[in-house]
Amino acid sequence: MSLDKRMSAAEIVAQLSDGMTLGIGGWGPRRKPMALVREILRSDLKDLTVVAYGGADVGMLCAAGKVRKLVFAFVSLDAIPLEPWFRKARESGALEVLELDEGMFQWGLKAAAFGLPFLPTRVGLGTDLAELGGLKTVQSPYEDGETLIAMPALKLDAALIHVNRSDWRGNVQVFGPDAYYDEWFAKAAAKAYVSCEELVDRMEDHYPEGAQHNLFERCFVSGVVEMPGGAHPSSMPPHYGWDMKAFKAYADSARDPGDWAQVADRFVGASEADYLESIGGKEAVAALPLPIF
Amino acid sequence: MTEVSLVDLCIVACSEAFRGNGEIVATGVGPVPRLAAGLAKLTHTPELMMTDGEAYLVEQPVPLGPRKYDDRKPAGHLPFSRFFDSAVWSGRRHAMVTPTQLDRFGQINLSYMGGTYQQPKTQMLGVRGFPGNTIYHPNSFFFPAHGPRVFVSQVDMISGVGYNPAKRVPGGNYSAVDLRTIVTNLCVMDFGGPDNAIRVVSLHPGVTFEDVQAATGFELVCADNVTETLLPTSEALEVIASLDPHNIRATVLKDNPPVQRAA
Repeated sequence: MSLDKRMSAAEIVAQLSDGMTLGIGGWGPRRKPMALVREILRSDLKDLTVVAYGGADVGMLCAAGKVRKLVFAFVSLDAIPLEPWFRKARESGALEVLELDEGMFQWGLKAAAFGLPFLPTRVGLGTDLAELGGLKTVQSPYEDGETLIAMPALKLDAALIHVNRSDWRGNVQVFGPDAYYDEWFAKAAAKAYVSCEELVDRMEDHYPEGAQHNLFERCFVSGVVEMPGGAHPSSMPPHYGWDMKAFKAYADSARDPGDWAQVADRFVGASEADYLESIGGKEAVAALPLPIF
Repeated sequence: MTEVSLVDLCIVACSEAFRGNGEIVATGVGPVPRLAAGLAKLTHTPELMMTDGEAYLVEQPVPLGPRKYDDRKPAGHLPFSRFFDSAVWSGRRHAMVTPTQLDRFGQINLSYMGGTYQQPKTQMLGVRGFPGNTIYHPNSFFFPAHGPRVFVSQVDMISGVGYNPAKRVPGGNYSAVDLRTIVTNLCVMDFGGPDNAIRVVSLHPGVTFEDVQAATGFELVCADNVTETLLPTSEALEVIASLDPHNIRATVLKDNPPVQRAA
């Protein structure tokens, strides 16, 4: 088999098919593989089940009618707490959903990663989640006999993840203060596709000192593509912060004009090169300051 | 004496929720809870742990708002990728948050209001980590506008565990459900009434129990020894000001009122 896993973004999206369950890494407005999401938005792909700690990735895919079912714990842009395009989709009744607690969500990814049907947890008891989501309970077979929620595996057909560095073979390096659950998206997926800020031929020849940042091993990576600025408008530390101006324009457009077809060009572009040019190029993205809380 | 603003009194009351909590992560979401956690750490409970609002643990609470420099000094690391293992599911955390609704059982909602799961009338954030937080570690609440749309008899979507016997399945372990303090612009409450009923323990100066009851969508208990909420000390005011140099807290309560003079 070829260990050269380089693909174009369009080739990655061509690996996906209608009705698939698609995991998207990152967290809210952070570390989102937005360039790959934009490539999906340029494609005919539809009827997706999207599994994500949601931000504008979820909002855009919902707005464009790509999502049949959403598995989520929140959808938020942080400084803009309520993701307006996601709200619109929810309030129209067009989405099937499975709403989960943030911790249950990663537990479901871990169950899938380990090939288990479920993992037990207390989380969800005493709330409406189990009843609304059809989650069942199990009883501990040991003396304690505790009743627990059986969090079903969140098996993904594919996952999209944006990382800082990769080589042709899928040896990734992930920096920044928090990698969220990207590792588990990769491991829960039959195939994970990685976009990166920087692609090198052989990691060991360039950044051997970064090997401890190899968040997940290359056996979990099926394809890689270099897309500098590929998380924009979400943040990608240490390279760049989020683009709150862009998020605001995107959020405002949900109210006026409120029609995705009229604004998709602005937020997706005919190609990634067009998109980057429209926001001032990858240099402008690289200049976005990291947020301070 | 200069006027004390009501928000400062609320911050001090919120900080009392963290008093003596030990080596746990104090999470304050929103300006008032965050300032309260910082105040607690810098005054009565230095052993508290807290993050910089992102992924690092800091021993010096991070001031609110924009700065031209980044003076966050990490002492440890607590990213979301470890948050459930280290803080939430280990019970080593006390969070203070502001849900959209809270009911007589202490059940909270921040998912949606009205309509159905399939088609909510108003979609909000989603349950976030509330189901896990409420079954695993202590939680307290701050509400800037005490009113009957916030304090409802039954929340629209139960996003956090309360003391509702109808929501307890046999064999479930609810031993860590620990709802502590509710601070509002009118009063301080706890869950110390019969069967964990919500109870008013102190009234802010100039506020009566009847005022609070009228602004609440369910029946409240009034503590026998209900007191007047303490005014901030000058030391507390100094610490609060140092943690909020841009006075962001002035935007939290409507019209940023001063503490009323006692009747």
